[in-house]
Amino acid sequence: MAIKQNAPRRKLSFSFKQNMFAYLLLFPSFIFLSLFTFYPTLKSIHLSFYSGPMTRLQYSGLEQYKEVFTDDIFRKVMLNNIIFVIGTVPTSLFLAMYLAIWLNKKMAGSALLRTSFFYPTVIPLIAVANIWLFIYTPQYGLLEKFLNAFGADGSNWLGSQSTVMIAMIIMIIWKDTGFFMIFYLAGLQNLPKDVYEAAMIEGAKPFQIFRHITFPLLMPTTLFVMIVAITNAFKNVDHLYIMTKGGPDNASNLLLYHIYEVAFTNWDLGKAAVLTVVLIIVLLGVTAFNYLFLDKKIHY
Amino acid sequence: MRVKFLSLFTALLIVLVACSSGGSQDEVTEIDFWFPVAVGGDVAKIVDGLVADFEKENPDIKVNPRYGGSYAETMTQVMASVQGGNPPELAVLFSIDLFTLLENDVIEEMTPQFDEEYFNDFYDAFMANSKIGDQVWSLPFQRSTIVLYYNKDAFEEAGLDPEAPPETWDELVEYSKKLTVNGGKDQWGLEIPSTGYQYWMFQALALQTESNIMSEDGKETYFDAPHAKEAMQFYLDLSKKHKVMPEGTIEWATVPSDFLSGRTAMMYHTTGNLTNVKQNAEFDFGVAYLPANNQYGSPTGGGNIYLFKDLPEENKEAAIKFMKFLTDPERVAQWSIDTGYVATRESAYETDKLKEYVEEFPQAIIAREQLEYADSELATYQNGEVQKIFNDAIQSILTGKSSVDEGMEKAQQEAEKVLEPFQD
Repeated sequence: MAIKQNAPRRKLSFSFKQNMFAYLLLFPSFIFLSLFTFYPTLKSIHLSFYSGPMTRLQYSGLEQYKEVFTDDIFRKVMLNNIIFVIGTVPTSLFLAMYLAIWLNKKMAGSALLRTSFFYPTVIPLIAVANIWLFIYTPQYGLLEKFLNAFGADGSNWLGSQSTVMIAMIIMIIWKDTGFFMIFYLAGLQNLPKDVYEAAMIEGAKPFQIFRHITFPLLMPTTLFVMIVAITNAFKNVDHLYIMTKGGPDNASNLLLYHIYEVAFTNWDLGKAAVLTVVLIIVLLGVTAFNYLFLDKKIHY
Repeated sequence: MRVKFLSLFTALLIVLVACSSGGSQDEVTEIDFWFPVAVGGDVAKIVDGLVADFEKENPDIKVNPRYGGSYAETMTQVMASVQGGNPPELAVLFSIDLFTLLENDVIEEMTPQFDEEYFNDFYDAFMANSKIGDQVWSLPFQRSTIVLYYNKDAFEEAGLDPEAPPETWDELVEYSKKLTVNGGKDQWGLEIPSTGYQYWMFQALALQTESNIMSEDGKETYFDAPHAKEAMQFYLDLSKKHKVMPEGTIEWATVPSDFLSGRTAMMYHTTGNLTNVKQNAEFDFGVAYLPANNQYGSPTGGGNIYLFKDLPEENKEAAIKFMKFLTDPERVAQWSIDTGYVATRESAYETDKLKEYVEEFPQAIIAREQLEYADSELATYQNGEVQKIFNDAIQSILTGKSSVDEGMEKAQQEAEKVLEPFQD
């Protein structure tokens, strides 16, 4: 009994000492997080209840939220973002997993292949955008030349509302897949060998091995990569600046770029703050859903 | 261990604090000068040269030229530094940003700093965006207007007279058809860009049809007026009906490269690209007035120099000195030769430098002569938002998403909503 009573106290004083040291180490990061994340977040939330010109902001309560949610451009931008997530995330995750399993085998040239698939990740998005701008250019772009070789005609990929989104999605998949592949490769190399040996002895076919062993065991990796991928889909906007400016007529506009436009072209800081709050909620929501809900369904 | 860490951390803090309070320099006044680059060519290098010359003349002043990217990016950075309590002394920003800058109360009036004679030497078409009543708020600097560039070699190949560019819309269409080779695969007849500054290109068409698309006080727009619809229909017809221009939107920045590489025989573009085209064209090219519908017309564009508020007296004086230096007739002439921007002062065209240049390169005078038919660029209150509304509308029409009537009427309604608070 006595031991039981004493144990927590001893543990507490021990952990206080240790925790203190940990907190001290965390302190520098905490300063920067507060300065560049917590403070701006709170400030945005505060600002979102104000509207008007930059120098004469007035309290307007939830008025601005109502306005934003009924705004056509906002709806289009959100829809675009959803399409963008659905277009990029599953495909790039699938490809990344496929490539990782393929390149995890010991074979000649796998190092070279891994490097080349990873390569797009290292290039800044701005540079990627410029490369793909050339690929998509009508008349003399690479894609057009390629299609012409087969006697097909290209079109104005970035200048047409029906093709601009798919063009962007393909580009981002090209860029991100290699990045996710690295996580899967790391994940694969940590998988227990004995399970596979057992499966071999039982005579399992490759697809069965994948379906019942590899895929479930990779779930923690998938969860992590999925969060990164979805949040990336909301954060990657540099290419819009180079390639389309969100156009034609907002057909390729995404939430973060729209925030930039509203804040720094229209100088409507209040509305930009509302949009920022929406973005924060979306990102928090995605992360929370994954960790609180999906996390429970995964074997570690 | 903890002690060690703490002392390390303190040392780090001290270093950080010491760095931020850096030593002040003796007697030298430093001024910041932000400028954007919106055209091809070596504008940044030319500005560095100007700054070096100025510093040689004024050893007690140090100018920090800050290249800000595009106009929009420069504006963002300047406004951010103003909000951060560290405004620059001078910045070149869109002439049409005047209303925004005034709304935010960040610029200093220029009228008391110069005499009237000084202002009168600038072309009226350019001063229009600098003035409100009698108050002058900025000096015209890198000003431009739209002109027609055409490839004389391509004209000859198509059996057209290379010395007779199209003068009317009908001729424009007729010539463009002859100049379009293989349905545009090998060469388009014409390219009018429709990203970035499509409202500006559109303004040219509207001015050629009848009149401008906004009121002078910046409180009303006329996007749904009959002449605006007629102009928009023509913009669309060039690709949809006449098939002389690529369909969909056409990228602002690639149009000059298309022209230089022979992908298009004619282009509408800013005079700011004149020097770029001159230096890089491997064919004989001409510059002409934009063809008329009922009359000639083109909007002016480009950037003015603004002086910022709340500066120490010596910085303000240094800034004004630098502005005078930049707008000196000789230098304005040289700037126009180097960049292709229209010289902003009449006296600049009287300098020997520019006279000689115009003689050997007559294309350079077209823009100045066209100024007679020029009118101001789309400038309204909440300019960014109104521009965005209209830009989106133009793209939605050009990409076939909405009809001319629908698109223009919707843009007008939205713009009216934005401008409503400014009606009295």
